[in-house]
Amino acid sequence: MSKQVRAIVIAGNGTNCERETAHAIRLGGAEVVDIVHISELLSGRVLLQDYHFLNLAGGFLDGDDLGSAKAGANRLLHAPIKDSEEHLSEHLRKFIADGKLIMGVCNGFQLMVKMGLLPALGGDFSQTTTLTFNDNGRFEDRWVYLKADPASPCIFTRGIEGMTLPVRHGEGKLVVDSEATLARIEEKHLGVLKYSLSDYSATTMDYPLNPNGSTAAIAGLCDETGRLFGLMPHPEAYVHRTHHPRWTREDDLPEEGMGLWLYQNAVRFIRDELL
Amino acid sequence: MAWRVEVGLKEGIRDARGERVKREIREHLGIELDQVNTIDVYTIDADLSQQEVEAAAMGPFSDPVIQNYAINRPLAGQFDVLIEVGFRPGVTDNVGRTSREAIQYIVGHPLDANEGVYTSVQYLLTGKINEDAAERIAAGFLGNGLIQRWTIISAADFDRKNGVPVTVPKVISTAEPKVREIDLNVSDEELMRISREGVLALNLEEMKVIQAFASDPQMQAERAKVGLTAGLTDVELEALAQTWSEHCKHKIFSANINYDDGSGQTETIDSLFKTFIVGVTRDVRAAKGDKDFCLSVFKDNAGVIRFNDDWSLVFKVETHNSPSALDPYGGALTGIVGVNRDPFGTGMGARLIFNTDVFCFASPFYDEPLPPRLLHPRRIFEGVVEGVEHGGNKSGVPTVNGSIVFDDRFAGKPLVYCGTAALMPAQIHGQPGHVKLAKVGDRIMMIGGRIGKDGIHGATFSSEELHEGSPATAVQIGDPITQKRMFDFLIIARDRGMYNSITDNGAGGLSSSVGEMAEDTGGFEMHLDRAPLKYSGLQPWEILISEAQERMTVAVPDDKVEEFLALAREMDVEATDLGVFNDSGYYHCLYNGKTVTYLPMEFLHKGVPQLKLQARWEDRGYQEPEFSQPLDMDATLRHMLARLDICSKESVVRRYDHEVQAGTVLKPLVGVANDGPADAAMVRPLPDSFEGIVVAHGITPSYSDIDTYHMMACAIDEGLRNYVAVGGDIEHVAGLDNFCWCDPVQSDRTPDGEYKAAQLVRANKALYDYCLAFGVPLISGKDSMKNDYQIGDTKISIPPTVLFSVIGKTDDIRKGVTMDAKRPGDLVYLLGTTRNELGASEYYGMLGYLGKNVPKVDAATALQRYRSVNQAQKQGLLASCHDLSDGGLGVALAETAFAGGFGMHIDLNNVKCDEVLREDAVLFSESASRLLVTVRPDNQEAFEKVFAGQDLSLLGNVTEDKELRIVGLGGEILVRSHIDDLKEAWQAPLREM
Repeated sequence: MSKQVRAIVIAGNGTNCERETAHAIRLGGAEVVDIVHISELLSGRVLLQDYHFLNLAGGFLDGDDLGSAKAGANRLLHAPIKDSEEHLSEHLRKFIADGKLIMGVCNGFQLMVKMGLLPALGGDFSQTTTLTFNDNGRFEDRWVYLKADPASPCIFTRGIEGMTLPVRHGEGKLVVDSEATLARIEEKHLGVLKYSLSDYSATTMDYPLNPNGSTAAIAGLCDETGRLFGLMPHPEAYVHRTHHPRWTREDDLPEEGMGLWLYQNAVRFIRDELL
Repeated sequence: MAWRVEVGLKEGIRDARGERVKREIREHLGIELDQVNTIDVYTIDADLSQQEVEAAAMGPFSDPVIQNYAINRPLAGQFDVLIEVGFRPGVTDNVGRTSREAIQYIVGHPLDANEGVYTSVQYLLTGKINEDAAERIAAGFLGNGLIQRWTIISAADFDRKNGVPVTVPKVISTAEPKVREIDLNVSDEELMRISREGVLALNLEEMKVIQAFASDPQMQAERAKVGLTAGLTDVELEALAQTWSEHCKHKIFSANINYDDGSGQTETIDSLFKTFIVGVTRDVRAAKGDKDFCLSVFKDNAGVIRFNDDWSLVFKVETHNSPSALDPYGGALTGIVGVNRDPFGTGMGARLIFNTDVFCFASPFYDEPLPPRLLHPRRIFEGVVEGVEHGGNKSGVPTVNGSIVFDDRFAGKPLVYCGTAALMPAQIHGQPGHVKLAKVGDRIMMIGGRIGKDGIHGATFSSEELHEGSPATAVQIGDPITQKRMFDFLIIARDRGMYNSITDNGAGGLSSSVGEMAEDTGGFEMHLDRAPLKYSGLQPWEILISEAQERMTVAVPDDKVEEFLALAREMDVEATDLGVFNDSGYYHCLYNGKTVTYLPMEFLHKGVPQLKLQARWEDRGYQEPEFSQPLDMDATLRHMLARLDICSKESVVRRYDHEVQAGTVLKPLVGVANDGPADAAMVRPLPDSFEGIVVAHGITPSYSDIDTYHMMACAIDEGLRNYVAVGGDIEHVAGLDNFCWCDPVQSDRTPDGEYKAAQLVRANKALYDYCLAFGVPLISGKDSMKNDYQIGDTKISIPPTVLFSVIGKTDDIRKGVTMDAKRPGDLVYLLGTTRNELGASEYYGMLGYLGKNVPKVDAATALQRYRSVNQAQKQGLLASCHDLSDGGLGVALAETAFAGGFGMHIDLNNVKCDEVLREDAVLFSESASRLLVTVRPDNQEAFEKVFAGQDLSLLGNVTEDKELRIVGLGGEILVRSHIDDLKEAWQAPLREM
């Protein structure tokens, strides 16, 4: 038990990607991957502390009715654990303080940003950044290229130069509350994944390679510890070559999809540092 | 008191929604504005403190990085006209519902039932706008009067201190629940008045059957025992109208039809449904013997076929046309979340894996005056696409396949086809997953949303043409999140064995779901007063037939009730015990302990009299047109590519999440730039197996103008051709037929009813003939028979349209093939024969002709070809494969070339035709069963061996230069176009939609 990498994927109230996320984590090497409905956490029967790796999957929490993940963030911040004085948000803070890993994808990333978990500059969990409507005002499904920042503290992107993944969102444009926030993000290399040209040579602000007009082309963000990480593109949607939109014409595509790298890095890190 | 919270964007933050609205107002109404800004408004009708409202405004309602908020004061800055649009009382307000929940988390306790949050959007328009223009913007674009209300205020009249006055759109009803008794001992005219005014959609014969039932002395004696008097109650009459509606009972498909084939030969058909649809499935299954893969056909909410030893595949396609005509967004959203419940409510329940969507619209660029009550086709297009986008994306179900067909007659009623497939365990608790059975004593449990007046008379309304008095309550707005929560809960309940049966509350509401499920036991007793309501003031009959969305009915055994309710509570899902299934033989509803319906189950389900129809086919004497071939074939090809039916639909496809669940291995857009038109989708539903599902469809309504027999044959062939093109196994494929017809019942309003009925008969005959020939069983389907618009003297009838959807299997997704040319040097082959078949083709349509020679399908050679295509795919011999449909060979060559990013050199002299044809006919004939493939030169021998003895034409090869060059029959260059120019022509028309 103690030598197992244990991952949890939270489901319910509009998450959609929990099953493929769990599959990707398993392929990434985790021994235990549980899809847990949020009601199980709120009932106190399942405890976050029993896991090393928390995954917030894509979807439309509460329909994104108040803006993406806004109502979901409100729930996680305020919902009490049944028959106790505690709130789920306190369990989450403890999880983070223990140096464990959190990865949010798409709606999960929106959730992290709106709860203040990212970029959490100086360890302060007040919201400084948001993800809002794409510049073209529309939801879009398309594949993009991402250039990784090798100087980033992010443990998920270690060794990755660039990757191609699909985006599927209407609210993926990253906006910061001030120039100072952006300067700190850039200075600490927290904008770890940026929309780029297809050869990863340079980042881009041009549609459609930058699908939403995101500030500084940021597609993925981490905190200063590198253990909290969120991104708009979907790594769980590219774990096998047949996920790639051009697998029928690109004969040299490897069997393993690029999205898997992020999960493999997470599992490796847990094995090295947390077990 | 009610609080008003306004949320707007901070200075300098781009208002993408406002920009889009500005753009759309220009496109839709031709009004040019300088600027549009938007503000979200939350009207909180609850007993909260200033501090609590502040917390809600600051927290969930606004985003501190980009938004400001104001409480009980306006945010609006500079503008010329302000328009605020909110919902009418009782209309589903999803954002309001979420806001209410968010407040509950903040205050730490549930709000009172009377308290609520209502949302609206404020649009601040800057520019030259007079009163008339403002009203047009509000009524013609921002709002829909059926479901929304709006306030228009000019800058001069705006109260800068208090802003827009607070409006609380709460349903206030002082109506006491009351059961009316209806005296049916009246004249025929009076009976019809009762039917018409009650939107019952029952004809005189049916009303008279009900009249006879009510006056039967023995029945009266039975009814007296439960306290009912001689007349029927309004609840009973409504229950009968729902159950006997065209929508639920398919009276036209069950009719006794006298068919005259036009030559004086007549025959009697006792039910089109039984004779042709059930008939062909029976015969195909018998012919397949132990290879029969059907598990549950025609008896459940969706059809079920075998996938592998462990899993079964469920599929259903529905239409949601009438509501989409009135409220395109709500209608289409409800269409998609509604069809989701069909596979979910099949057998013991199934997990949804993908959606399909096919729409038929009038041109969005339609510029003729529109008759009253019709929305502009562009608004319908926009609303429907957005409705399906929200319904599909938010539900987490990928939309993998679809198309859009254009014909201006669809201005009368758009067709909105929505399909959903699902996967269920082959065995659940030791029983086949596709079998369900309610037992005597099981509790009637209603799950999900609450009941309101929404969707009342949806089933009877869709059984009529769109007319002046079409009820606004027939429109509903779906709520994907409430439904998702319900599904999450029900899958767990299923796996824990908590229920014996499940079904959807769709058309006809509780009346249909409980009534149908009770056929298992032979009766039920249901207490309508126990049903949870959205607001008070509903009459018992309204509770019974409301089509309020996101509800399922399940049969829960007594000993599981407690566990079931506890799980529901924990997962925040509403579940209510409404009564019990029994074997009394009666459809028995009570309200506050008093009986309000007492109808024998037998009468309800079998009492409807069979309709009698006359059908007479006539030769309309069509001729082929005479005209000379256009001189500039490059321009002609570009014009063809820009036809609405042919051009790229990428702007719509990208708005649908087509790869959530990570199973979509052949996506709707393919090729070197991910923008070529895929023929079909391939889905890998189980990550640990390489087995896949292939889904495709055929739809060819233009051919109906010549002969619906060949329309149907071509739709079937097109569906199968698309399916086979990507790698679907022709031996393991099932079909679903969705008929959308115009009224085929002869009457003063429909003087050509007999011809339309004959069109229906002919389509059904082809359905039988071709499904049998191809060995394709039908597993489910639906009909929508009144797709007409009639107000005053204007009548618009849609062209008879059948969507033929196909679903089947491939053993190995890695053998999948896409339509894009793969590499220079590959050989280009055409499979099949080209004939003089341009009747009702895109080419003739472009030139303004109809013609006579509609394509005819030769099933025997087509089947042999499709088997060979499968063989070639298994051997890995096809680099690409693309079906020839609208626009024929010319269009297929262009698409294959530009999707692959390569040129092609083609010689038309090599095209195998059954007679000498003109070049334009060779290029644009729509002869069925043809496919264009490219093959690596190394594979030439093996490939030609697979197709030995079949019609095969080697047309040329793929080239490095990006030019489509076609040599004409005289050896001259007929077409010489850069593929970028062809692609531009193909992409331009709908790019900005």
